[in-house]
Amino acid sequence: MVDSKQQWKAWIYLAPAILLLLVFTVWPIINTVRMAFLEGYRGLEAVGGQSYSFGFGNFEKVIHYHKFLNCLKTTVLLCVLTVPISTFLALIIAVALNNIKFLQKGLQTIFFLPYVTNSIAIGMVFAAMFNIVGSFYGTENEIIATAGIINNVIEFFGGEPVNWINYGSTYTANIIVMTVYIVWNALPFKILILLGGLQSINKQYYDAAKIDGTPRRRVFTRITVPLLSPMLAYVIITGFISGFKEYSSIVGIFGEGMGPADDPGRLNTIVGFIYDALSTNSQGRASAAALILFGIILVVTLINTQVSKKRVHY
Amino acid sequence: MKIVLQNLTKVFPARNKKLDKEVIAVNNFDLEIPDGKLIGLLGPSGCGKSTTLYMISGLQKPTSGKIFFGDNDVTELSTENRGVGLVFQNYALYPHMTVKQNILFPLQNLKGKDKLTKDQMLERALYAAKLVQIDDLMERKPSELSGGQQQRVAIARALVKFPRVLLLDEPLSNLDARLRLQTREEIRRIQKKTGITTVFVTHDQEEAMSISDMIVVMKLGVIQQVGKPQDVYDDPVNLFVAKFLGTPPINVFNGEVKGEKLYIDNNAVLDVKGISDQPVTVGIRPEGFILDENGPMVCKLNNVEVMGRDVSIVSTSEASVNPVIRSIINSDNKVAVNNETIRFSLKPHKVFVFNRETENRIYFEVK
Repeated sequence: MVDSKQQWKAWIYLAPAILLLLVFTVWPIINTVRMAFLEGYRGLEAVGGQSYSFGFGNFEKVIHYHKFLNCLKTTVLLCVLTVPISTFLALIIAVALNNIKFLQKGLQTIFFLPYVTNSIAIGMVFAAMFNIVGSFYGTENEIIATAGIINNVIEFFGGEPVNWINYGSTYTANIIVMTVYIVWNALPFKILILLGGLQSINKQYYDAAKIDGTPRRRVFTRITVPLLSPMLAYVIITGFISGFKEYSSIVGIFGEGMGPADDPGRLNTIVGFIYDALSTNSQGRASAAALILFGIILVVTLINTQVSKKRVHY
Repeated sequence: MKIVLQNLTKVFPARNKKLDKEVIAVNNFDLEIPDGKLIGLLGPSGCGKSTTLYMISGLQKPTSGKIFFGDNDVTELSTENRGVGLVFQNYALYPHMTVKQNILFPLQNLKGKDKLTKDQMLERALYAAKLVQIDDLMERKPSELSGGQQQRVAIARALVKFPRVLLLDEPLSNLDARLRLQTREEIRRIQKKTGITTVFVTHDQEEAMSISDMIVVMKLGVIQQVGKPQDVYDDPVNLFVAKFLGTPPINVFNGEVKGEKLYIDNNAVLDVKGISDQPVTVGIRPEGFILDENGPMVCKLNNVEVMGRDVSIVSTSEASVNPVIRSIINSDNKVAVNNETIRFSLKPHKVFVFNRETENRIYFEVK
């Protein structure tokens, strides 16, 4: 224990960190909660001295808002699609990487590259790949002249080109593009974690399995996956959390319109909704939506940890 | 199942060709392990005993040489087709499975005509569990077991498919002293009961001596001596074997043979008929000393440790290679503690003479 006469020294050492945390973390959280419960709160009016009544008005407005439900639908859909796919793929790739000796380091670097690349930049490359007309925003009158590489491949195999992201594209096509992009973007981190987990599994378990003539598939399902379960749980939980906060990936592909040119906002997410609300100076509504998002993530994470208590071994 | 190892050699290539040399872990290993016996591979760490075990199991491929199980050449046979059970040093129990699932695991892998029904599997698992007396722990996870219990589970898992050969890699090294004593009896009992040819690896000579039918002493990948534990102890072929076996360890002296008499510290301590004049290294077992007021061997007395049944006398001598000489005599003898020197005569069959250069044994006639 620190001598009580010396305690003021400890506080001084801690002061810079505490001060910054208070200003940039604690106060914003408190203020968000406050704004969420002040009905119709607007920052500019509040500065002008207007007062607001306390209540659930903001929340009611948000959940009755057609746009918000749309955002929620897109967010949940992307989460439910991308987390299982990316986790499964990452597991397969990590196991494969762990089993090869030749070029392992080189391939590891390649698989990790997306992680160090800006997601907006990657999004723009993906947009170009899925593009149908070469130009980024399609219009009704544009003539299909060039196609992105994906459509080139489809045509090469004799298929019809698909309008993935341009003017008049379908919601399904948009979601497929987003899923591919988010999965690809999420892979490196997951591979890294799972590969680390795999490399820390004692080789003797595999020797023991070999002595008993265990088939490969059984080694994978009965030994590798259970021993990797703590890492898998971690990867899934963080996957859902970042999935519910999806935003920049959509901007990367569709631009600030958050949707194809004929239907802007179609692929908006909850974070996008919060951003829009803030940019129209409706801090009350934004705060309410942020709290709802927080609630959703909290519930999903609690479910995740409950499930993993049963499934994660040791 | 008789096991025959013929010219077995394992060479590990150098990891960095510029810095390291290749390592010959096992060098031209010839051994015949009789059916149904318990064999201890004994040697200091790095002597290739574990590598030999892993080659028998099939987890490592020999660089050259052959392995026979009975009359079958199994050198090229993959590990799962050899019918071996292996107990790993740290047991390698699957941490996410219960004891029962661990023991059942090898059975669930059986295919074709060996495939068992669920009831047969359970019956076999229970039989194996009863054999090692863990049948009341079946629903526990390995982390909820003590070291000794984990060890038993590992043995049960190795035995459950009725292997032709049971291999144990340092089976007792992770247990505390008391448990070690208990478990080695247990291993002996299980081996006797099942009659499975068993090979186990250890660096602890006491462990090997106490339970093996036959021990194989190894050094740097080469067999030094093979034989019954007592025979190897009583009749070591070289200084290494003599030094490796026995606690307390053998006392080593620089000596000389002149006129068929052995001189230590310029005292003629023993008649050694049949050895020509030469400088020699002498090994004397701690129990080879007899307290004798007129004895030829003179040492400086350090102290006396009373250990109940025996008395351990710690003394020094100019000629001793070890810092102290440890001799064990019956506690009926009264040792005069305040004397500065102490005199012994020697039991001839507890004295071994070795060539100073080659360290090989030079035999002499014992009357």
